[in-house]
Amino acid sequence: MPFTREDVEAVASLARLALTPEEKELFARQLADILRYADEVLAIDTSGVPPTAQALAVPPPLREDERRPSLSRAEALAAAPDPALETGFYRVPRVIG
Amino acid sequence: MTQPRSARQIRDEVAAGRLSAVDACEAALERIARIDPALGAFQTVTRDRALDRARLLDRDRSALAALPLAGVPIALKDNLCARGVATTAGSRVLDGYKPPYDATVVARLERAGAVVVGKTRCDEFAMGSSTENSAYGPVKNPWALDRIPGGSSGGSAAAVAAGMVPVALGSDTGGSIRQPAALCGVTGLKPTWGRVSRYGLIAFASSLDQIGPIARTVEDAALVLHAIAGPDPCDATAAEVPVADYAAALDGDNALQRTSIAIPRRLLDDGVDEGVRQAFDRAVEALASRGAKIVDVELPHSRHAIAVYYLIATAEASSNLARYDGVRYGVRAPLDAADTLATMYERTRQAGFGPEVKRRILLGTYVLSAGYYDAYYLKAQQVRTLIRQDFERALASADVVALPTSPTPAFRFGERTADPLKMYLADVFTVSAPLAGLPAISVPCGFADRLPVGLQFVGRPFDEATVFRVAHAYERGTDWWKAVPPDPGVSG
Repeated sequence: MPFTREDVEAVASLARLALTPEEKELFARQLADILRYADEVLAIDTSGVPPTAQALAVPPPLREDERRPSLSRAEALAAAPDPALETGFYRVPRVIG
Repeated sequence: MTQPRSARQIRDEVAAGRLSAVDACEAALERIARIDPALGAFQTVTRDRALDRARLLDRDRSALAALPLAGVPIALKDNLCARGVATTAGSRVLDGYKPPYDATVVARLERAGAVVVGKTRCDEFAMGSSTENSAYGPVKNPWALDRIPGGSSGGSAAAVAAGMVPVALGSDTGGSIRQPAALCGVTGLKPTWGRVSRYGLIAFASSLDQIGPIARTVEDAALVLHAIAGPDPCDATAAEVPVADYAAALDGDNALQRTSIAIPRRLLDDGVDEGVRQAFDRAVEALASRGAKIVDVELPHSRHAIAVYYLIATAEASSNLARYDGVRYGVRAPLDAADTLATMYERTRQAGFGPEVKRRILLGTYVLSAGYYDAYYLKAQQVRTLIRQDFERALASADVVALPTSPTPAFRFGERTADPLKMYLADVFTVSAPLAGLPAISVPCGFADRLPVGLQFVGRPFDEATVFRVAHAYERGTDWWKAVPPDPGVSG
């Protein structure tokens, strides 16, 4: 399946990823190669085969949903590039005019 | 380099009072300072944190004597969170990030008496087979400084191979523990998916990721797994399955008398380096001559494992890496006053991610997108089922499946970076075990052109005990694990 520069742009937009013109050319070519290789999978007869989302056969343990100690707001904000420590929020560019 | 002390030897000496935790720690720090500049295995050395920890351990000698990893220096792959310690996962986007909490494996290692001496370099977000995708520089293979150490846990494998630490943790999604262990001539275990808590592991592909040990001996790997395994309230996928005392259950050659080992011969027909093939065949002969029953097995769908793996792992990665948006942690790209939120996301991710991560995000986003989900992602999940069923059948009659770990020995820097697909094929024998969720170990089994070769055993779900027993029996009948590379910078 061909993978064009426009395909790269569409997918990059979905992934919120800006790319240079050189990256678009390179990735279009490389992703086309990878998808051509992956096409072998498309021909396998999988009718009636259930998908595997994860391989664990053991049911996950459950616990009560109860309050427990956790990070303080200041600790959780400490790694943010632009924390608003006084109000306890993450600051980002204005979203609504 | 002389034969470095194993974790077991260090622990025994510390427990007997012949060695202090501080002395063991200082010896590791001294060796790192002396030889790591030539290798680049460490991203961060946690000197002060380590010495504080060792002093604390030495203060209560009687309590220390009872700890299973008393005073053992250990390194962590740099995608494992340690409170207050820079954790980059090899990415610029996490430059300067210091997690506010410990990964469960870190807390458990410290509770067992281990001393974390540093964080090791890895491919960015564990995406790679050579550690060339680290944003912070390459790691050299201690056996040949012009060659890659494997990846993505290349720093951990090189650190153990060069005798800087007896054990290190890595993470394995498609072979990232076993392949670098093989290429550096050491032992590496990927546990069953669900055996070890992933809390505090920076996620790549959540249905495949698993943390495990890299060590010089099977016994040391067993000691470390015992310390880190088991259920965890912080990770619902860490299964409530009993954890055995793996090291105590090792019984050398005896294990082979009642063991059947399946070989998928047809899978090995193409693309295996001649030196690797010879080392593998000799290893199988050695196992047979010492009592193991060797049987042939078909794993017909494993030849599609690379394609299936790169469809599933990239899909999961595209979702997991959505969190790097310049809001909660890491680096935000510089912005102008008029820039929008969307621009902030796009520029932050453009500047923060390297080429391989971008490639995988694009591929993963594509296979999950409308119109392609069924054709690629769902199809890959169905073939994943077929791969898993092949192994179920094989392991119904055999105790383990044996394979080479890597089709080639360590390659040269730059040899595969221009062709991502060629790089992906380095994982051809390692991706099946994580797709099937199975435990797998790589142990040294010889050399090809003076470069280490690894032998892999894949076992039944949650049966790490058998995997360890077979690997230990093989190891005890060979001297490959005793080989040590020359110190870098020292001739000969």
